Amino acid sequence: MLKQTEGSHAVAEAVALCRPQVICAYPITPQTHIVEGLGEMVKAGELADCEFINVESEFAAMSVAIGSSAAGVRTYTATSSQGLLFMAEAVYNAAGLGLPIVMTIGNRAIGAPINIWNDHSDSMSMRDAGWIQLFAETNQEALDLHIQAFRLAEELSCPVMVCMDGFILTHAYERVDIPTQEQVDAFLPRYQPRQLLDPADPVSFGALVGPEAFTEVRYLQHHKQLRAIGLIPQLAAAFSKQFGRNSGGLLRTYRTEDAETIVVALGSVNGTVQDVVDEMRERGVRIGSVSICSFRPFPLAALRAALEHAKRVVVLEKCLAVGLGGIVSDGVRKSLSGIALKGYTVIAGLGGRAITRASLTRLFEDAGRDELEQVTFLDLNADVVSFELERESKTRRTGPTAEAILRHIGTVAASIG
Amino acid sequence: MDAQIKFYQTGTFTVGNRLLAEDQRTVQADMHRTNSLNSGHRACQGCGEALGARYAIDAAMRATDNQLIAVNATGCLEVFSTPYPETSWQIPWIHSLFGNAAAVASGVAAAQRALGRSHVRVIAQGGDGGTTDIGFGCLSGMFERNDDVLYICYDNEAYMNTGVQRSSATPPLARTATTPAVGPFPGNVFGTGKNVPRIAMAHGIPYVATASVSNLRDLERKVTYAMSIDGARYIHIFVPCPLGWGSASDDTIKIARLAVETGLFPLFEAHHGEVTAHTQIRHKVPVTEYLKLQKRYAHLFGNPPDLGRIALIQQMADHNIAKYDLLN
Amino acid sequence: MDKPYAITLDPGSSLANKTGAWRTNRPLYVDRLPPCNHACPAGENIQGWLYHAESGDYEAAWRALTEDNPLAAIMGRVCYHPCEGACNRGKLDESVGINSVERFLGDEAIKHGWKFAAPAAESGKRVLVVGAGPSGLSAAYHLRRLGHSVRIVDAGPLAGGMMRFGIPKYRLPRDVLDAEIQRILDLGVELQLNTKVSNILETMRAGRFDAAFLAVGAHIAKRAYIPAGEAAHMLDAVSVLRSMENEDKPMLGRRVVVYGGGNTALDVARTAKRLGATEAIIVYRRTRDKMPAHDFEVEEALQEGVLIKWLSTIKNIADEGTLTVEKMALDASGFPQPTGEYETLESDSLVLALGQDVDLSLLEGVPGLEIKNGTVQVAPNMMTGYPGIFAGGDMVPSERTVTVGVGHGKKAARHIHAWLSGTVYAPAPKHELATFDKMNPWYYSDAPKTVRPMLELARRTSTFDEVVSGLDESNALFEARRCLSCGNCFECDNCYGVCPDNAVIKLGPGKRFEFNFDYCKGCGICVSECPCGAIKMVPESI
Repeated sequence: MLKQTEGSHAVAEAVALCRPQVICAYPITPQTHIVEGLGEMVKAGELADCEFINVESEFAAMSVAIGSSAAGVRTYTATSSQGLLFMAEAVYNAAGLGLPIVMTIGNRAIGAPINIWNDHSDSMSMRDAGWIQLFAETNQEALDLHIQAFRLAEELSCPVMVCMDGFILTHAYERVDIPTQEQVDAFLPRYQPRQLLDPADPVSFGALVGPEAFTEVRYLQHHKQLRAIGLIPQLAAAFSKQFGRNSGGLLRTYRTEDAETIVVALGSVNGTVQDVVDEMRERGVRIGSVSICSFRPFPLAALRAALEHAKRVVVLEKCLAVGLGGIVSDGVRKSLSGIALKGYTVIAGLGGRAITRASLTRLFEDAGRDELEQVTFLDLNADVVSFELERESKTRRTGPTAEAILRHIGTVAASIG
Repeated sequence: MDAQIKFYQTGTFTVGNRLLAEDQRTVQADMHRTNSLNSGHRACQGCGEALGARYAIDAAMRATDNQLIAVNATGCLEVFSTPYPETSWQIPWIHSLFGNAAAVASGVAAAQRALGRSHVRVIAQGGDGGTTDIGFGCLSGMFERNDDVLYICYDNEAYMNTGVQRSSATPPLARTATTPAVGPFPGNVFGTGKNVPRIAMAHGIPYVATASVSNLRDLERKVTYAMSIDGARYIHIFVPCPLGWGSASDDTIKIARLAVETGLFPLFEAHHGEVTAHTQIRHKVPVTEYLKLQKRYAHLFGNPPDLGRIALIQQMADHNIAKYDLLN
Repeated sequence: MDKPYAITLDPGSSLANKTGAWRTNRPLYVDRLPPCNHACPAGENIQGWLYHAESGDYEAAWRALTEDNPLAAIMGRVCYHPCEGACNRGKLDESVGINSVERFLGDEAIKHGWKFAAPAAESGKRVLVVGAGPSGLSAAYHLRRLGHSVRIVDAGPLAGGMMRFGIPKYRLPRDVLDAEIQRILDLGVELQLNTKVSNILETMRAGRFDAAFLAVGAHIAKRAYIPAGEAAHMLDAVSVLRSMENEDKPMLGRRVVVYGGGNTALDVARTAKRLGATEAIIVYRRTRDKMPAHDFEVEEALQEGVLIKWLSTIKNIADEGTLTVEKMALDASGFPQPTGEYETLESDSLVLALGQDVDLSLLEGVPGLEIKNGTVQVAPNMMTGYPGIFAGGDMVPSERTVTVGVGHGKKAARHIHAWLSGTVYAPAPKHELATFDKMNPWYYSDAPKTVRPMLELARRTSTFDEVVSGLDESNALFEARRCLSCGNCFECDNCYGVCPDNAVIKLGPGKRFEFNFDYCKGCGICVSECPCGAIKMVPESI
């Protein structure tokens, strides 16, 4: 059914259609509207056999999810940024125990400095925890990925996080097609746990494992994600058959077949990238883009196939490996192992800074002339930076950096260039 | 309180007695008790927690007709009971993290409701470290939501599994690895610490109780009662640790008994935030009887003994006796 | 369930870890010797029969008791209960009323007519028992149960010895005595009364007896040199008490003086009161704490109005019954010394209760015997110097009580039995004593001792009705359950409950427990928390 609705609400409806049995959440911007929507549905009796728990912290949220999932029920939660970090111990725990929890991440920057706007630093902080990480490009894909996520998680007994850009997707009103309950039921069978806490068949869950077996357990976790590489496209195909549209999969290519320059990005920025690609193609530039959907497991082979014929790759990242440079770039570089082509890392959109078509056009043109640094911070205000560095070299007692910059700029940070 | 048992030699004090009717004996006396925590675990010799856990869980299994799931925090109990490839638990059991037992239990309970199986009950258990410190937030959340979980804290008054470090349950003057018995203020400092049973009461939850491994009947009665009602419940069980306290392995129950008989560990029950009952002290003894059996208090018994500090501990005991009217 | 590798484990898998390997000490179930058993002169397994009484199995209790002592109802009235003195419960609150329970069981046996089981087979041997007192009856009982043919001969007209002719009716009713004796005779023991043995060897030969047990008691009253007028009414306690069994009771008059400080003196004084004496005065040369009589007897006597003159000896008695009494004073070593002060005392009769001697005439001509201090010496096997002649009771060196006599009878019977079959009776070595420090008294419920009701004073002094009554069933049961079961497992389930490693196996009702040494870590909590001290730790053999 077509609807004009807020991204969060679309996700809430999609999750509701998946018949979750326990939902728990702690408020944090920008995911709150998702769980508020679900909470209201439960309270109004629209979601049958579902328990909604108001927890006292994100750590509690993931813990409650661990408990209910281990007890054999379909479990859902959502968080962002600081909240994801606060539950970090439990995030690793859920993956280690092999519990098919589905969690939405409303991507948001991590402090300090505290910042409520979108970037990918939160999901990236948990990239090695053992969760499957899927990135949505649009609100439609966001809601579709949740339906796929439950089935993926339950088939593999592995938790899945669906990442959607905070505010940009969560708070945007767009037209989406909400499936029917029958369609979802046909795609997503009832949850049949691989292991569960049941007085009729007691087991002990969560043993202390020493050196003699730990490596094997980790290997099996890794192996599970490698299996997902095959399963994710299969599920996307099945989804397409059932719902009549493409959503998910490992990655999507856009006009890459004869491209010399290929841009790689995650999430909603791909929309803007595709617009710029179209514009530049009209001017005859051989440029294309790849939107990675499955960041974990990282689609090495599929990415290699998409990129190997290009001359250069520009990886556009909304995250930063402080002291190193790019995070996604590492994965892209690995996929191109043995192939000599130029690779450029562009750090953009941190803390919610807008990525404009004009900036991207300039960037891609520079890339085409190979006039890019190895690592570029898009739209960095060089004046502010050099002023700050000089000030710091002159005085010991400089005070907090963030406040100093804000004073210098004189306006609120989310400036549009 | 206990039903009046006509004099049966030891009837009201021992685990069982051949002269008592079966239903007047404790769950532990039964040849067919669950042995929820079975042999082969790696607890130290004379471990009070191993005993307390079996006591409590067996009673809960009996009370719920074996429809029970247990959630365990990280700690001695978890580590010594489930080292791969062996588990001593005979019941469905999960260990997640150190600080989240109460939250995980809330999740398990929610799942049972969602499945329409509210006859399956949930117990969360942890040591004092996992309950009073790192697990405090989740514990408070569970209480506040009145989730249908019985939380049992096994209090051996320090972080034992990691090598006897101080927790907020460590009593004043006790020696731990992070409150060593040196300097002008040896042992743990006065004026610190949390009384979690009273904090639980402040949440207004349906039932709070303290219990001791030295009084099995009292412990079983409290667990059984707790399983007969719904909502958030909390039981705080005193469990001596021979290794951590520097006591003889065969003195475990004796020390637990002395803690109660001195008044240092009062046995009481509370409903919705008000104390409703207490267990009377049978023969009051001075705190020195209790302290001198434990090396963690050895610095009080030097030459000459530290009478001033011992008197402070005696004051604490006397305060409890007055507050809970323990002699009546 | 398809369990993920390593993270999820099956219940019961810890049983593969045999933590018993950690041990350096191991617990051992022991049976220790309860102090009551240890103290009983008759060697009763008191803890053993109390165990049955506790569960209301009175017949089983009585049968356990009579394994050692056939005279329960009598014991429950006349025994001085050294068991109670030794009872560990006395260190907790007060000793168990073992004597009361024994009496209850004995009375139940009489009430229900319980009989002794007949011997399994006849041995073909014949044993003569001389003396139908407690020692002789006990020996006859045990010998008969061992299958021997037994004949008791007694010089008197009735069986019972001092039980009949020494202990007053108000202490031991005669119907009780008769019932207990008859039950023994019902086993097929022959009794020949009014038969005095003058020559034991002759009697044995004539009767073709293979062995003999002599228990003639000490019936000859000791005399003191007291100058007396011809008509002075001076008697001895033995004959006074004996004559109480006759149709005609002794005439003692209104003022009776009894000379002596033992139980017999008190018995005579109290008897005199009941016979109508207005005054019964005991004259004793020392003080109350030196008096050999048992304190409760003194108490009862004083309650009944018996008067006692301490520190006094009798110099002479004149015809009219005027006694000259010299006052004594105790010297530094506690011995009475004459002070030279005299006073007079009027009496209608003077009864001497100065001790008893044994009539050893039947032993004349028997070679190999050793007689010392008026008693026959016996070896540890109760045999005299003459092979086949055994002796016991008051006629051998002993503390002269009914219970000791009964004990001698049992011991002698066992040795006679062995001797007759050409073997030696070697009793099993005794277990370690169950002392109070080995127990954990916390576990015993608070329960004060039940006091036996006493007859009101008015009735006591006018009749020979029993002064002390027995307990009713609920009281007897209560009293039995006060027993701590020292050193003997009574299945309280404590060890089974307190083991942190679940390493105690409960074998079932009546079958006690067993340690599971695969898992026992040797912590010792079971030893600490066993109420009765029936477990001990021993070093592990490494």
